[in-house]
Amino acid sequence: MTTTSPVEKAGASTATYVDQRLGSNKFLSRNLGKVFPDHWSFMLGEIALYSFIVVLLTGVYLTLFFKPSMVEVVYNGSYVPLKGIEMSEAYASTLNISFDVRGGMLIRQMHHWAALIFVASMSVHMFRVFFTGAFRKPREFNWIIGVVLVTLGLGAGFTGYSLPDDLLSGTGLQIIRGIVQSIPVIGTWGAFLLFGGEFPGTDIIPRLYSLHILVIPGLILAMVTLHLMMVFTQKHTQFPGPGRTNDNVVGYPLMPVYMAKAGGFFFIVFGIIALIGGLVTINPIWIFGPFTPDQVSAGSQPDWYIGFLEGALRMMPNWETNLAGFTLSWNILIPAVIMPGILFTALGAYPFIEAWVTGDKREHHLLDRPRNAPTRTGLGVMSISFYLLLFVGGGNDIIADAFDLSINGITWFLRIALFVIPPLMFVFTRRICLGLQRRDRDKLLHGYETGRVLRLPHGEFIEAHEPLSIKDMAVITSKTDIAPLPVPPKADIDGVKNKQFRKQNLRSKLSHFFYGENIPLPSAAEIEAGQAHVAHDAALEAPLASYEDADELRQFHGGVLHHPGMPETNAEQLADRKE
Amino acid sequence: MTDLTTHGAHGSEPTRPGHLPVADVPHVLRVADTDPKAAKRVERQVSSMFLLSILLVVAFVVAYIGIDKSTVVYIPVFGEVGASTIALGLTFGASVLLIGAGAIQWAKKLMPDVEVVQMRHELVSPADETAEAAANYERGKEESGFARYKMIRRTMIGAMALFPIPLVIMLRDLWSSPVSGTLSPAEILSTTIWKKGERIVTDATYLPVRPEDLPVGGLVSAVPASLQEVQHLEGNLNARGKAAIILVRMDPDEIVSQQGDGWDYQGILAYSKICTHVGCPIALYEQRTHHLLCPCHQSTFDLANSGNVVFGPAARNMPQLPIGVDSEGYLIAMDDFSEPIGPSFWERSK
Repeated sequence: MTTTSPVEKAGASTATYVDQRLGSNKFLSRNLGKVFPDHWSFMLGEIALYSFIVVLLTGVYLTLFFKPSMVEVVYNGSYVPLKGIEMSEAYASTLNISFDVRGGMLIRQMHHWAALIFVASMSVHMFRVFFTGAFRKPREFNWIIGVVLVTLGLGAGFTGYSLPDDLLSGTGLQIIRGIVQSIPVIGTWGAFLLFGGEFPGTDIIPRLYSLHILVIPGLILAMVTLHLMMVFTQKHTQFPGPGRTNDNVVGYPLMPVYMAKAGGFFFIVFGIIALIGGLVTINPIWIFGPFTPDQVSAGSQPDWYIGFLEGALRMMPNWETNLAGFTLSWNILIPAVIMPGILFTALGAYPFIEAWVTGDKREHHLLDRPRNAPTRTGLGVMSISFYLLLFVGGGNDIIADAFDLSINGITWFLRIALFVIPPLMFVFTRRICLGLQRRDRDKLLHGYETGRVLRLPHGEFIEAHEPLSIKDMAVITSKTDIAPLPVPPKADIDGVKNKQFRKQNLRSKLSHFFYGENIPLPSAAEIEAGQAHVAHDAALEAPLASYEDADELRQFHGGVLHHPGMPETNAEQLADRKE
Repeated sequence: MTDLTTHGAHGSEPTRPGHLPVADVPHVLRVADTDPKAAKRVERQVSSMFLLSILLVVAFVVAYIGIDKSTVVYIPVFGEVGASTIALGLTFGASVLLIGAGAIQWAKKLMPDVEVVQMRHELVSPADETAEAAANYERGKEESGFARYKMIRRTMIGAMALFPIPLVIMLRDLWSSPVSGTLSPAEILSTTIWKKGERIVTDATYLPVRPEDLPVGGLVSAVPASLQEVQHLEGNLNARGKAAIILVRMDPDEIVSQQGDGWDYQGILAYSKICTHVGCPIALYEQRTHHLLCPCHQSTFDLANSGNVVFGPAARNMPQLPIGVDSEGYLIAMDDFSEPIGPSFWERSK
């Protein structure tokens, strides 16, 4: 039945050749049919992976032309406005890539855009993983790797941003110097070792270059490999749906569907980055001019992913203490060192904190709907709002300029908002989640509201309900109700004091914080009764189906179905009834 | 959409509502599954995408050779852009995109869209394998004598702990003091090349400045006259990064205070240009309020009042440079700054 082409024959013999040496067919037999669940949000991680590949490819191309040197040269390329000006070789070679290498500008812009997309997609991917609880056992390690990858992504971005040695990137380095210098005890030496002396020196660009093209990408590559191996071993999580349980994976096999979709998607991401890189100018370093430590342009903005740090620096009050002849710069230390340190540590530790608080030791492969974990969702939205406020702070000058506002006013607003808005967001989000849970409960008990109002022969008005689809039923009933941990006893029945009381009590309180408010799923009997009720509605509505225009009437959601000769308004109806 | 008939036809209720075997989940056939004409149409769609991709690569090569790199075109929304970059980006991007679009259309329309099930296996190792691993470890421990030979164990741990030290120590010379290794970073940061009698010159043209060159309300960015020479000698921009100043002139009556008595010259004040927050150069000056605003983090300094901080994250006022004029009537520095300029650091005493 099957026909074999010469190419396939060659392929088969290659497979055999490799198999005899590596035993690779065992791997193929197990994995060509490996099932991958489908959901649009699973593409976010793919975008991160593919944009990283684009960054690597374009980056290698750029290394062929870029010269990481701070030796001063006189520019003599084809960009006329800078002709004859002294600048570092790094800047001159970046201009050369932009104006004298055909396609160089395209690759440079693709590299920059892909890097921005890389960090952005990692962040959004992380949101997905967080809000669906995909980080829970057994995937805690992979969450940590994810946090490390985001951090490395920021490092890769920042070191790359600094390389062209234009006025903007140099300003970024100047700020980094100030931050390093603020670290107590070792900061001054740290800055001198990093820059090879005072700022700017002549060492920083070659040093950042080796970090940017070797150390950081090497680490990212290693981490990405681990990340994917773990996804492969643990199998992908899946969203709840008909037939989907914690013990199975429902989706499409690797060969051919997933291969075509994921492989095709790589080309989509690559293609879109190339289109953006060709069409949309980014980081026009030729406008900023070469770096010099006594010049700066107004409206200096870092790449978006550094914005939150920039914002934190901008809105911090000017605290500095002098202790026995030594200076502690809280105004830099808190926003640029301590705050991000806490932020990323808390991010990495979150799965362990949640598991401890909730006492949850089960394996989870079926994703949570965010509404079914209101406290987690609230904490997530709270953190995002905190991050966004910092981010907004990073552009306070742009906002002040665009909206004609006072920059001091914006800064003061943000200083206060940073402590007021996130807790409010937590409360609002949790309320919304619980509201959605109530709605789900209603749907299980009463089916869908159709908006079709029926008047029954005895005058009663009802709104016809329809039963839930199989999919909705499965999705809604995937919720697990969890009781918070009980308050621990102070002593056991024999009166022996519970030495662990304080720890257990804290845990119980946190557990109540997590699970205390919950709208439990109705029991199976209640759901059944609800569905029976829905069936009753359907039976009442059945005679309508005999009308010629029944379909049209059904489409008319929110309207009222009138029998001919019925009162048209409420007033008429009332009068009718009074008679 | 709610499919009443399918749901109704299913009959018996599953154990947990909605949880039925995957095989029983209703599945709607696609047009291409039932209509061979539609399937043929999709086949044509997919292959024309691949064909177009091929043509675009040809177009890319043509554009690469044919378009001069300096040609500029105007495109609405995007503005003035390099024709070569646009053409290469469009042809390359679209050709790659079409490969992806074709593959996905193929997968979505022609490949089976019936979901399949695979069971997960518990990740935890079976008890006997864990026991075997533990036994192997015990045997290894016993055979090596790791537990018995205390001295070997301790010295080995010590040796392993110390082995990275040389690697770290060698990082020490990432920087060494240029003046025969005697100056510490803090000392270097504390001085600039300004000294008594050093002429003040403009930062771009290096021309000396006379007081009458600077009108009231004016601002000039300036550097020491010897800067070019020092820069040439040191081969870097370090001296410039510390010595850059701004000169502003105001009505002497408007000066509320300054950092030293008579440090101005007829209302001309010299301040460091390097922000005391994290070191951005500042030249945004509002002459009416005498405020100097840092473009990086918006620290604002009042130059009429000792360069004090009036807003923003900077903790210290801008250091002032005492100035005067020499016998030829040019502005000169009367001394170096009296405190380190730029961002704070640990060893700073004030």
